[in-house]
Amino acid sequence: MTNKKDTNIFNRMMSIDRRWVFLLLVIVCVTAYFIPFTIPILIEPEVAVIHEFIDTLPPGSIIFLAIDYDPASLAELHPMTYALLEQCFRRNLRVMCTALHPNGPSMAEAAFLDVADSCRMDKTYNGEFFPAREVVNGVDYCFLGYKPYPALVILGMGTNFRLPFPADYYGTPLDSIPLMRGVQNYDQMACVVNISGTSGTEYWISYGQGRFGFPLALGVTGVMGAEYYPFLNSGQVFGYMAGMLGAAQYEKLADNPGKAIIAMKVQLYAHFLIIFFIIIGNVGFFMDKYKKKREGR
Amino acid sequence: MKRQIPVFLVFIFGVFMVFQYFSPHEASEWVYKFLMDWIYIIGIFAMALGIWSLIHVSYDKIKHKRHDWGYSVVTLAALFIMTFFGITGFNENGDWGFYFMTQEGLTNPMFLNFFNYILVPIETTMFSLLAFFIASAAYRAFRARNVLASMLLVSALIVMLRFNPYFGDAFAFYMNKTAAWLLNVPNMAAKRAILIGIGLGMVGTALKVVLGIERGYMGKG
Amino acid sequence: MRYIFVIFSLVLLTFSAGLAQVDTLGVDSILLNIAPPSPISNLTVYDKANDHGHALILEWTPSPDDGAGMNTVMLYEIFRSESPDSPFVNVGSVPLGNSRYDNIGILEKESRDYIPDNTDLYYRVDAVTINPEVRASSEVFGPVRSYSNWFHRGRVPVLLAVLIFGGLMMYFVTVARKGAELYVRPLAGISAVDDAIGRATEMGRPILYIFGLGTADMISTIASFTILSRVAKQVAEYQTQLIVPCYDPIVMTVAQEVVKSSYLDAGHPDAYNDDMVFYITTNQFAYVAAVNGIMLRELPATNIYMGKFYAESLILAETGAVAGSIQIAGTDEVGQLPFFIIACDYTLIGEELYAASAYLGREPIMLGSLKAQDYAKAAVIILSILGIIAANFGLTAFTNIFKVLD
Repeated sequence: MTNKKDTNIFNRMMSIDRRWVFLLLVIVCVTAYFIPFTIPILIEPEVAVIHEFIDTLPPGSIIFLAIDYDPASLAELHPMTYALLEQCFRRNLRVMCTALHPNGPSMAEAAFLDVADSCRMDKTYNGEFFPAREVVNGVDYCFLGYKPYPALVILGMGTNFRLPFPADYYGTPLDSIPLMRGVQNYDQMACVVNISGTSGTEYWISYGQGRFGFPLALGVTGVMGAEYYPFLNSGQVFGYMAGMLGAAQYEKLADNPGKAIIAMKVQLYAHFLIIFFIIIGNVGFFMDKYKKKREGR
Repeated sequence: MKRQIPVFLVFIFGVFMVFQYFSPHEASEWVYKFLMDWIYIIGIFAMALGIWSLIHVSYDKIKHKRHDWGYSVVTLAALFIMTFFGITGFNENGDWGFYFMTQEGLTNPMFLNFFNYILVPIETTMFSLLAFFIASAAYRAFRARNVLASMLLVSALIVMLRFNPYFGDAFAFYMNKTAAWLLNVPNMAAKRAILIGIGLGMVGTALKVVLGIERGYMGKG
Repeated sequence: MRYIFVIFSLVLLTFSAGLAQVDTLGVDSILLNIAPPSPISNLTVYDKANDHGHALILEWTPSPDDGAGMNTVMLYEIFRSESPDSPFVNVGSVPLGNSRYDNIGILEKESRDYIPDNTDLYYRVDAVTINPEVRASSEVFGPVRSYSNWFHRGRVPVLLAVLIFGGLMMYFVTVARKGAELYVRPLAGISAVDDAIGRATEMGRPILYIFGLGTADMISTIASFTILSRVAKQVAEYQTQLIVPCYDPIVMTVAQEVVKSSYLDAGHPDAYNDDMVFYITTNQFAYVAAVNGIMLRELPATNIYMGKFYAESLILAETGAVAGSIQIAGTDEVGQLPFFIIACDYTLIGEELYAASAYLGREPIMLGSLKAQDYAKAAVIILSILGIIAANFGLTAFTNIFKVLD
């Protein structure tokens, strides 16, 4: 038999059925997505340093892009990949890429093709005009694809890329790819940018940067966002993009607004809703406690 | 003997891997590369065992029509259909065939359609469930029961509100600075402390495994 | 100044290239009249340390004409030969302003970039102007040999740390073997395992044991095997059902052996069935969907999450809460600990997962190794404090002791 004293409004505020929370969250997210407005994005220094580093590289430098995520993390990490690739190709930098997640190669390949399409148009970013250009596989980028056991692959590439990858994703031997001439290992890379939603990030830090000492920047999902600040502060990682916010900041820096900036408004209103529920729960908690104290319980 | 041989092998290979970290010599690197190749080979054989296990369990459920056996039908159908389309395809001349060693399967339109229109949406949907669970978990967990819980609550509110533009530029600026301080100082300090403990624990456990003190992975013996 | 000259030269060359009417005699005469630059000096070549060989480092003092005047040096070309009299081969180049080149060869003998070890080699560096034929060669340096190093001297601090830690471990294990009482603080999560198994037996519902997304080489998974062996032994004694869905096939094969051995140790080998431990998929969210389905169908009384978890941790734990299970979690994945703490009844934080095997068995050897870890942590704390003091007073000699070089 339910005790009527225990089902007062404050108790109910503390124990709202989780399905109401889910329903309201859906409504808020969908509504925020379809209403057209933008929110200003503040830039953090750990994101700005990556953009500046890439912007100041001389043309022809090679960047190693490790796309280690699966479709689950696509929403947060694909905008980072797109913004970065477009910036690299517009600045005539060359890109080497691996996708050390089994479901990653198709998405990585799609990103290269999409950005190559975008580069066929004249564009202006941050007031600088970039003419249309052709991005050619084997000359401007080399996509190595996937191999299992990322730790071993990262270690192998430190000796020679040809060890874990004798050929690229399309089966072309690395020695016959123009970009790979004179390129053996991380020593020829200006930096490594690891965009990851998995434990691959830890391997890049300990087995990659720890052993071979190259400049390493990270792009991770929001859930992993708070985890890698120790490495940023110790200098093992020079730049850090965390979650949708990091992706939106990079898009803003690159003056290349995309899905991340659009998604930030959805995230903002979802946070407002969560804060609302937290406040409701706490009000219920304190009022119930006060009530019990007054009743001498 | 059945127990001693694995322990001996673990000892030999464990000691070698420690030695290899400190020895960059070509000979040590050669052995290391050789072992790396063997890890791939063992992994592939283990994958075959795993797939057999999955097929066996699913078939058993279907055969005895256990509770929700229909899902096992879907599992097996998905396994075989994706495998079929992944090893068949059209070559440059448009000829269809089985291609086990080359990439035609990976560019098979049906394989790509299954990937892009089934796997990708399903995975992104599953990941998006996290948003809902985080909302309900945050609602349940962030109660100011005591001083520490209150500090946690306030920190969470600051980090969530740091990019909010509606309360003015000054508010956003100071929230951002505070959130950055929270992430870069107390959060980082706590994580570093836990990581140091984990690092030492890992070294300890690895040493115990290599020296044969820890044998739980073989079954108690 | 030198960049203005370079750009001017390039523009001049560009305009001279396709314009037949333009008199190129002027440009040609500029190129022909460039005087040879001064060569580099103080060329030294030495073996690259702490590597697998096949690599040499060249250093020199740049030419005085580097970036100066009409005969400015544009780049330095490096040449190598196996004897001072045989032809030198170009092995690389660096632009002006540089005074170092790392000649790193690859390991394939047939390749042009191969550098043989233990072989006399000779080097020469040419300072080259805008006209590639106008250059100045340095004196030949050699003979020099590259060597493969057996020991990486930059990693001595790591070696010392490993030896000290290993020594501590051996000491405490010896002390424990002699019967010394070693105190370790109680862990609520470990104590709850027995009760949780009892609860499952009383309710007649299964126990779900989840390794997470770790592979068999991960320390957290190895620690989880040990915990599984003890859980499986108790489960066998109580004749409760055990379900172990696996993410990795190697983990599955090891887990099957572990559970089988535990059932044998408990005296119930016939109760073991290979289908208790099965493989699902090596795809994160497909695995999560399958495990969630098992939770909602089988309604386990107890969920034990021990191992490596990522973003799926909260999805698993919340679904387990909906199914009404008691949940005990342990992971070394720091980012997922908050989710487990919120959603589970008991959580083992970080290294407590590794310590769990010592707690469950209470074997002196295991407790001894835990003590060694604690003393090592104390040493880290003391050294950190000393390091902060030393860094603040500029005593870099102390902090440099702990530097690990690549």
